[in-house]
Amino acid sequence: MPAIEMTEAAVLPADWRDFLALTKPRVMSLVVFTGLCGLLAAPAMPPFALGFTAILCIALGAGACGALNQWYEADIDAKMRRTAKRPLPDGRMDRQSALHFGVGLGAFSVILMGLATNWLAAGLLAVSILFYVLVYTVWLKPRTAQNIVIGGAAGAFPPLIGWVAATGRVEALPLLLFAIIFLWTPPHFWALSLFVRSDYAAAGIPMLPVVAGLDNTRRQVFLYSLPMAGAAVAPWPLGLTGPIYGVSAAILSFVFVVLAGRVLANRTTEPSAMAAEKHLFAYSVFYLFALFTALVADRWIA
Amino acid sequence: MPQPDDELIRGRQRGRARVTALLLGAFVVLLFFITIAQASRNW
Repeated sequence: MPAIEMTEAAVLPADWRDFLALTKPRVMSLVVFTGLCGLLAAPAMPPFALGFTAILCIALGAGACGALNQWYEADIDAKMRRTAKRPLPDGRMDRQSALHFGVGLGAFSVILMGLATNWLAAGLLAVSILFYVLVYTVWLKPRTAQNIVIGGAAGAFPPLIGWVAATGRVEALPLLLFAIIFLWTPPHFWALSLFVRSDYAAAGIPMLPVVAGLDNTRRQVFLYSLPMAGAAVAPWPLGLTGPIYGVSAAILSFVFVVLAGRVLANRTTEPSAMAAEKHLFAYSVFYLFALFTALVADRWIA
Repeated sequence: MPQPDDELIRGRQRGRARVTALLLGAFVVLLFFITIAQASRNW
């Protein structure tokens, strides 16, 4: 990677808000939410301070992933409109500060998780951070159009970590929650990449629409939504959740598949006319929030 | 390379020092509550 040219950032200390921006707070909110739901859905509730610390560690781990991702991809971010104003490509921070911040935050989150809850949860948190940074960001993302499929596993860890922090065990339901997010990630990201593909193409990232074309990507979005819907509904017939979750998951997943079907039927190549893709992307975020809310409601109300 | 003025550098340092102090204070409080929770769980 070519080094970012020397700017004022080399002598002017970065603002603390730039360190906060490195952690990608918006992405962190979904991670924290799913981790919290994994913890709240577990059969054993830890004391409040320990549960709070577990969620804090998941948030800090996600922040470390964001910082290390931005450290590694500073040159790529500079080429994309969506990311060009981030602290590193904008020259508001030097690269080494981002690296030190990311490594420090990641190590701190894992150690605190181990000391406050259990070392299985800490180990899973460490694996998820290393998986996101090394397997997804460094290895897969610049090399293969399937980057999102395997890399999605990193984002699927939080509910599993939340559950293990509460119980100390890996069980069937948190593994299904892992599977739901794992299968949700490709249609979610590919819906986005369909209407921002020119950005990815400019940055040389081999996202599926850039490499395999729009129609193929739309077909993949639809195909992935089917096993995702199956995994989302599965906890109910398996007796792991009650009807509140089961009925909610069935309705939410049905709407997801219908919207994915509209994406499949769309033929436009113009990003401004990709209403179906934008609807699916927006709905996919709502879907995950609603699904995990239903899971917690089912555990606490039923 | 343009040199940022001294006041701007001091301002940034002050801001970072304040946030670091706040975070360290919050960490001490968190450690206190973790210790209490761990102790009561192990009784």
